Amino acid sequence: MTGRPGGPPGARGVRLPPGVLRWAIVLTFAVLLAFPFLWMGITSFKQTTDLYNTKNNPFLFNLPPTLDHLKLLFNETLFLRWLGNTALAGALVVMITLLLGLPAAYALARLTGRWGQRLGIGIFLTYLIPPTLLFIPMSRVVALLGLQDSLWSIILVYPTFTLPFSIWLLMAFFKSVPRELEDAAMVDGLTRLQAFVQLVIPISLSGILTVVIFSFTLVTQEFVYALTFISSAAHQTVSVGVPIYLVRGDVYYWGSLMAACLIASLPVAVLYNLFLDRFVAGFTVGAVK
Amino acid sequence: MGMRRGDRFLGAAMFVPALVYIAGLVGVPLVLAFLYSVGNVTVGSVGYKFVGLANFRSVLQNPAFRGALLHSFVFTVSAQLLVIVGANILAMALRNPFRGRGLVRFLTLLPWVAPISLGAIGWKWILDSIYSVVNWALVQVHLVKPFDTPMWLGEPTLAMLSVILVHAWRMMPFSTVILLAGLTAIPRDIPEAAAVDGAGFWRTHFEITLPMMRPVIAVALLFGIIFTFTDMTVVYILTRGGPYDSTHVLPSYAFFAGILGGSLAEGAAVSVFLVPILVLVAWAMLRVAHSSEVV
Amino acid sequence: MAIVETRNLTKVFKQGQLGAVNDISLLTREGEFMVFLGPSGSGKTTLLRMIAGLEEPTGGDVLIGGRVVTGLPPRERRIAMVFQSYALYPHLSVYKNIAFPLRAQKVPKEERRPKVEWAAGLLGIGELLERKPRELSGGERQRVALARAIVREPSVFLLDEPLSNLDAKLRASAREELTQFHKRIGTTTIYVTHDQVEAMAMGDRIVVLDKGVVRQVGSPREVYDDPADTFVATFLGSPPMNLVDHGEVLAGFRPEHLLPAVLVEGPAVALTARVTGVEYLGNERVLYAQIQDGRFAGKRLIGRLPSVYHVEIAEGESVRLAIPERNLRYFAKSDGRRVEPRSLAWE
Repeated sequence: MTGRPGGPPGARGVRLPPGVLRWAIVLTFAVLLAFPFLWMGITSFKQTTDLYNTKNNPFLFNLPPTLDHLKLLFNETLFLRWLGNTALAGALVVMITLLLGLPAAYALARLTGRWGQRLGIGIFLTYLIPPTLLFIPMSRVVALLGLQDSLWSIILVYPTFTLPFSIWLLMAFFKSVPRELEDAAMVDGLTRLQAFVQLVIPISLSGILTVVIFSFTLVTQEFVYALTFISSAAHQTVSVGVPIYLVRGDVYYWGSLMAACLIASLPVAVLYNLFLDRFVAGFTVGAVK
Repeated sequence: MGMRRGDRFLGAAMFVPALVYIAGLVGVPLVLAFLYSVGNVTVGSVGYKFVGLANFRSVLQNPAFRGALLHSFVFTVSAQLLVIVGANILAMALRNPFRGRGLVRFLTLLPWVAPISLGAIGWKWILDSIYSVVNWALVQVHLVKPFDTPMWLGEPTLAMLSVILVHAWRMMPFSTVILLAGLTAIPRDIPEAAAVDGAGFWRTHFEITLPMMRPVIAVALLFGIIFTFTDMTVVYILTRGGPYDSTHVLPSYAFFAGILGGSLAEGAAVSVFLVPILVLVAWAMLRVAHSSEVV
Repeated sequence: MAIVETRNLTKVFKQGQLGAVNDISLLTREGEFMVFLGPSGSGKTTLLRMIAGLEEPTGGDVLIGGRVVTGLPPRERRIAMVFQSYALYPHLSVYKNIAFPLRAQKVPKEERRPKVEWAAGLLGIGELLERKPRELSGGERQRVALARAIVREPSVFLLDEPLSNLDAKLRASAREELTQFHKRIGTTTIYVTHDQVEAMAMGDRIVVLDKGVVRQVGSPREVYDDPADTFVATFLGSPPMNLVDHGEVLAGFRPEHLLPAVLVEGPAVALTARVTGVEYLGNERVLYAQIQDGRFAGKRLIGRLPSVYHVEIAEGESVRLAIPERNLRYFAKSDGRRVEPRSLAWE
């Protein structure tokens, strides 16, 4: 911590007090990155005539704000249905991820020795196989299983991308739990499986929570699979429903559309922000000391 | 190491379900993708006939496909360049604590956290040909004439630019966060030693800080490349690949050909072109992970 | 080679609290090896960093070579600094590490190699030039840090506890090498440490600091034999000085001056105490004793008896101990400052 506010030592060449430069940068980026969301907010509450009047200053409410767009969104569209679908799919996908991922991660962290490390890397690499490579044959598989146009298709398929990263993250968490704890428990009479369930899992709760949040956000963000597998509006998720179905013909209902975007984005953002540092750890293991 | 025979069995048993799941739902479609690309499969077809490289040949002759291939590279490289430079600057600004840093972090994280499709549709509204707030602002400062406003999504060059910008916008928070982690891992002594040694800001940054951040920059870059190269959502929502196929990328083109067009074989062949890049990136990531730490 | 001066230097980190450094005025001599000695939190490192330009003072000035440098960044002060962790650039070879300051000062390419080789030669690391820091041992890294510091021929050297990262065994030889190095180069050096053995062995003068204030400045002999207050008296010397509460004053004497009465000649103070423990350390015995009766009953004392004296001392025994008068030091009880010697009744 230097006595000088802000700038690194040696930045003295800059005439301005270093704090000003930093504020300018931060402000610029914050505005550029967050502006679309602010815009979504303003648009959601502007009356349609105000919105589509090109002579008006778009930053002002030239007519009083309105709740009409929200009413339309909630009463006359399937938005709530989509939110429900997404929440349900998210919950089930998270459960499957935990069910398969927790034991697998533990096995890799503790029980498989040398090729455990290699398997771990292999699992991580599957994360790099994108849905846009698999979605075509996957659509065939889904059709063969009779799951087309059903929420179950994505509940089945989504763990393919939540699992690899979750296993990778959980592996790191389990490795940081000292071995001695399980050894002590086993000396006291527990089997290894019992030690895992009764000891390791409760200790790693914050890590598991991180994985839950992360998997859930992955589910809410996914687009290709949902677009490909599900054809009827009533079964869709928010991610596909909002941009595709809030359109009548060629007319976009921008007011309601923007409201929907904002409502669907913010909660996820808040959750993600809380667990940010853990995600970073997952991505940078090995690259950062 | 204290592993007993029972442990090995347990380990396998705990690991196998996930392995089977992934092998089944990733491995099988992966194999199928290759099989489709060298076969003749359509949405309605039942049988399978091996056709060798016919799909690839026909796809390569299509100028729209060649455009998509080119665009994939151009968009990814351009967006990543913007992101790496921008994320570097932002990471440095966020490095030391200041009042309001938490709020700033939240705001700058939004593009990455919001579902891609929703961010994209937000941009579609911002860049709308008639109602664009960007155009309104440009007219106000007299940079464009009122009836000659840029058609951000309607003109090929501008549309390409828009797609690149939206991709950069989305990836910026992700890279910033990763670079920030790398930046804070540098011990405080090092830039101080450089200051005492006589280095000014730029020299310290380019000769000391950046080289020390090389592994982290590599990780951010590689993930960024993957996430941009394999994404079809931004293009699909903003432009549907238009105008005149000028913004198609491999994944979006594969979707149009395979699902909307019904020719699974053609779609598969197109998406197979993603594989070389993926393999390259995977290899690069392994190299970064194996190389010794920088201390 | 320049003189470093601080005038009323103060650093306050939190408003309203006592500063890390409070109104310190010091003046080095040309070419001297000056040690800032004190416990952690004494402000010694903050003081050094202000001299270096890495911390901005809240008040006061720093002068180097007669020139006020208070507002200037480190690179305009013609100083060099060796950090506790050495701060070697991990991605650069040893050669490039040492050459870095020359590049930063835009020294022409042809002149760089000879200078780097000169500095490396001075520190005996000529063969290590192509290696990377992570391939070097602690001692080698320290020498690279020194080479990098000296290559610019600075007017002042600043060292921040450079030996604390080395194994104990290495430290003694590294200490000797540093002293030799300073004799050869002759640059004014300021050395920060919490280790009083290092300070005594290496310093021309020692600045003893506590809670941001200078307690005493003097040669090793001065701070050891003539401490200015109880802090200096107890900080230097291990085991620390015995302090006995004698009413208005504290009377102090070092363990090595507390000897069996039979060995003491001349005017001395005598005490009877029971031996509670004896540690045989090979070259000496450490005696732990407790006074049983009289004014100071209950007071515990520590003595050091060189093994050359074959006096029988057994645990549990009552022995007669004595301190030569000339080795007694007196301190005021109110503020710990040293006061005039006086004769007092001891039994």
